[in-house]
Amino acid sequence: MRKVAISGTDNRMGYLFIAPWLIGFFFITLVPMILSFYFSFTQYDLLSSPVFVGFENYKNLIINDERFHTSLWVTFIFVIVVVPLRLAVSLGIALLLFRDPKGHSLYKTLFYLPSLFGGSVAIAVMWRQLFSSYGPIASFIRLFNPGFEKSIVGSPNTASLTIIILLAWQFGSTMLIFLAGLKNIPKVYYEVSKIDGAGPVTTFFKITFPQLSSVFFFNLILTIINSFMIFSQAYIITEGGPVDKTLYLVLYAFKRGFEYFQMGSSSAITWILLLILSAVIGFFFANSKRWVYYESK
Amino acid sequence: MKANRKWLKNIPVQIVLILLALIMIYPLIWMLFGSFKSKADFFQGSFNLIPSTFYWKNYADGWAGFGGIPFGQFIKNSAVLSILVTIGTVLSSAWVANGFARIEFKGRKIWFAILMVTLMLPVQLLMVQRYIIFFHLKWINTILPIVVPAFLAYQPFFVFLLVQFIKTVPRELDEAAYIDGCSKIGVFIKIILPLTRPALITCTIFAFYWSWDDFINPLLYLNKPLNYTVSLALRLFNDPAAGSNWGAMFAMALVSLLPVIIVFLMFQKYIVEGISTQGLKG
Repeated sequence: MRKVAISGTDNRMGYLFIAPWLIGFFFITLVPMILSFYFSFTQYDLLSSPVFVGFENYKNLIINDERFHTSLWVTFIFVIVVVPLRLAVSLGIALLLFRDPKGHSLYKTLFYLPSLFGGSVAIAVMWRQLFSSYGPIASFIRLFNPGFEKSIVGSPNTASLTIIILLAWQFGSTMLIFLAGLKNIPKVYYEVSKIDGAGPVTTFFKITFPQLSSVFFFNLILTIINSFMIFSQAYIITEGGPVDKTLYLVLYAFKRGFEYFQMGSSSAITWILLLILSAVIGFFFANSKRWVYYESK
Repeated sequence: MKANRKWLKNIPVQIVLILLALIMIYPLIWMLFGSFKSKADFFQGSFNLIPSTFYWKNYADGWAGFGGIPFGQFIKNSAVLSILVTIGTVLSSAWVANGFARIEFKGRKIWFAILMVTLMLPVQLLMVQRYIIFFHLKWINTILPIVVPAFLAYQPFFVFLLVQFIKTVPRELDEAAYIDGCSKIGVFIKIILPLTRPALITCTIFAFYWSWDDFINPLLYLNKPLNYTVSLALRLFNDPAAGSNWGAMFAMALVSLLPVIIVFLMFQKYIVEGISTQGLKG
C-alpha cells in the first residue's frame, strides 16, 4: 500500500522540480525561436517596430546577396575539411594510445591540453600571432622559401586554413571519447581474430570499427554541429576577413544583426543555417542504421 | 628477450607520439616564452623560442590594463560572473534533473524529449533573438542576461548528465527515507545530492570552464569596459590602436588560463572521466 503512495504520480512536485527549466525553456528558447521565425519575415532594426515583408529577406539572401553566397561556400568548405580531419586525427591517436605505449597517460594529458584551453580568447589571440607574418610558422616557411613575406592569417587563400588547424588541434576531447569506446570493446573479439589469423587492417574494419561505430557516430554529430557553429575563433582571429574568406554563417548572422542592425535578415540566415544543419544531421541519422551498431540487449 | 622485442616494436610508435606531442604543445610553449619577449625580440626572428633577455615588464604592462582599468578588475568581473553562473547552473540542473529522474508526473516523457532536442540546438542560433528580449527588458550592460538563464538550467547538457547519474542511485534509499517521513524535497537534499557528488563535481568543473571561457555572452551583453570580462579584455590587446603589445597580451593570456590549469590539476580524474563517459566537449 505504502509503495503506491511513494512511487505514484505526483504532478505538483514534478512540475515544482522541473519549473526552472520549464520557465527557461519558454523564455530563452521557445519564445526566441518563435520571434526569430517571425522576424525572418520582417524588416526590423531593433528601435522601430518590425515591418512584415514576406519572403523578401530569404529572397535577397539567396538571389542577390553575394556575401551570403561566399559565407555559405566558406562554411561548407570549412565543415567538409574540419570534420574528417578532426575525426581521423583523434581516432588515429586514440588507436596509438590504446596500444598502451610507455608514458601513455602523459601523452593523453599533453594531447588533451589544447582542448582544455579550447575556445578561450587567450588561445585565439595567440593563434593570430602564431600565423602572422612575424610568427614562427611564417619563419619556418621562410627556411624553404626565403621570399615568403605574407601573413598567413592575413591572406585570403590561407586565412580559413588557420582556423581549420585550430579546430583540428583541439581534438583532445574527441580522442578521449574514442579511447573510452576502444576500452569497451571486449578483448575476446581480438583474441578470436588473432586465432583466425586476421591482420591489423582486417581486424580494424571487421572488429574495431563496427564495435566503435556508435561512439564514432556520436563524435561525428558533435563535430558537425561544432564546426557549423564556428564563431568566436573566427571573430577574434580573422574578424571574417580577409575579403570575407572566413565569414562563416554564424559570424555573418551576427554581423547582420549587430553591425547593420538588420535583425530580419540575420534571423533569416539563422533559419537557413538551422535547415542546412538539420538536413546534414538528418542525412547521417537516416543512413546510420547501415553502419552504426548498437549493442542489442 | 620477449620484453626487449616488444620494446623495439614500440620505438616507431614512441617516435610518432613524441613528434605529435611536440607539435601539439609547441604553440603553448611559444606562448609561454612569448610572454617574456620584448617587442624587438618578437619582430626579429620569432623562430627563436627562448627570448634574448627575459622581459618581465610584460606582466606589469599587461596588469596595468587599459584606459585606467587595471587587469585585475577584468579578472574580478570574470570571477564574479563565473562563480554565479556555476552555482546557478549546478543547483538548478540538479533540482530539475531530480524531477525528471525521480518523480512520476504527467507529461514527463514529453518534456524530457523536448529537453533532448534542445540538447542539439546550438546557442549561437538564438543569440540575436535573446538579445532582443533582454534589450526590451533593459538588461543590457548588466550581468542578468548571463546569470539569470544559468539559474534556469538553460544548459540542457548538465540536466541530461545528472538525470543519467541520479537514475543509478538505488530507489530503495528513497523509499527508506519516505518511510522515515521524509518529503520529496528532503529526499533530494539528504539522499540524492550527497550520492550524486561525483557528477555534481564534474558539472561544476565544466560549468566553470565554459563560463570562464565564454566570449559570445559577454560580447553581446557587457559593453562597458569597466564590466569587461577577461575574454573581452584580451581582445583589446589585439587592437592595432592599442599598439599591439604582444608580450603584454601573451602575459595576460597566460594569467587568464591559470584558473583553468589549477582546476585541471586538482580535478584531472573527474575531467577525463567526464569526457570519456558523458561525452562532454572540452
